[in-house]
Amino acid sequence: MEFKDYYKIMGVARDATEAQIKTAYRKLARKYHPDVSKEKDAEARFKDLGEAYEVLKNPEKRAAYDQLGQGPRPGEQFRPPPDWGSGFEFSGAGDQDGAYSDFFESLFGRQARGRGRGPHGYPFGGGHSADHHARVLLDLDASLHGGQRAFTLRVPALDAEGHVESKERTLNVQIPKGILAGQTIRLPGQGAPATEHGPAGDLFIEIEFQPHRYYRVDGRDLILTLPVAPWEASLGASVAIPTPGGAVQLKIPPGSHSGSKLRLRGRGIPATPPGDLYALLEIALPPATDDKAKAAYLAMAAAMPFNPRANLEV
Amino acid sequence: MTQSTLEALSGEIVEETTVLSIHEVSRICTVETSRIVELIDEGILAATLSEAGEWLLRGEALRRARIALRLQRDLEINLAGVALVLELLTEIEQLRRERLLGI
Repeated sequence: MEFKDYYKIMGVARDATEAQIKTAYRKLARKYHPDVSKEKDAEARFKDLGEAYEVLKNPEKRAAYDQLGQGPRPGEQFRPPPDWGSGFEFSGAGDQDGAYSDFFESLFGRQARGRGRGPHGYPFGGGHSADHHARVLLDLDASLHGGQRAFTLRVPALDAEGHVESKERTLNVQIPKGILAGQTIRLPGQGAPATEHGPAGDLFIEIEFQPHRYYRVDGRDLILTLPVAPWEASLGASVAIPTPGGAVQLKIPPGSHSGSKLRLRGRGIPATPPGDLYALLEIALPPATDDKAKAAYLAMAAAMPFNPRANLEV
Repeated sequence: MTQSTLEALSGEIVEETTVLSIHEVSRICTVETSRIVELIDEGILAATLSEAGEWLLRGEALRRARIALRLQRDLEINLAGVALVLELLTEIEQLRRERLLGI
């Protein structure tokens, strides 16, 4: 497993004070909070940050971590020392929700209480009920077309000696067609099993989308960047475009330009009500790589007295 | 996420439930009901009182509730700050959409 340099993640010196660590955490948390940040890897950075802070803010855990030294060189495998854990006691299971890396868990144990983890998601939730909560990254096509997807969740279970260990559990879930990012699928009875204290809990799966090959998602609307040739934009054309319901012919009006947008009402995510699909035109220039193409460009230049810089006054 | 031979489980989309009781919202968000009442009192979540005097929320309030709770927890922002962040986030989303689509 990979060694994690918590000081480096938080951007603090190894002798940083508690106050410095707290300040660093606050600053980075604001920058990378997944609900606020538009940074590309915000979710992963925020997760690392939460883990680093969990260790460094706690004097017991920090002392234990410091005992490991600087860790192996980058890329080298890390294994906890054999005498690890003797002499340290960690109080509580931690009060912070969130997933911890294998590295963290090998040092400080797994977190108790109900948590699942999607194949790309991170577990969160907790609380004392029998419900389980997970957040998964879903491919957009599952929402556009419906269908089944298998998720592997990590759920806590008690072993024979009463220790908490996490077990993998694979679920095949029917994805409701038209589900939107931020929505939740509720699977009744799929949380913790029933006990003498109460009935089985439910499993709640919060959905986020992976980036799609060509659609961008805006709520229930889809945005498709549509490359067109200059003559298609200028003269008008009918071009084939993908939509969630299948390919359609889209009429490009004459005199269109880069940035022109065409709305296909009701062709977005098939939610209730369905979203719209926007085609954003982007003019693609054919390369002038052979004599024929060069001649065509020259003919155009000769035929059209066109000054694209007319408003620059030069 | 591949096709699997396991039996497929079907569920409902919680946000499409027209009305959620405050108990359901707090259960799904895994917080005490009082935390949701705080969000309602601050005007962060819209809710109506039932005849029995119980707060009822629309399904779509769930996403907003979750973001508000995460901001409180992760950034230790107070309620007024959370309300402000949510308003600014909505505004940023609108601006982004305007810039992209001109609508």
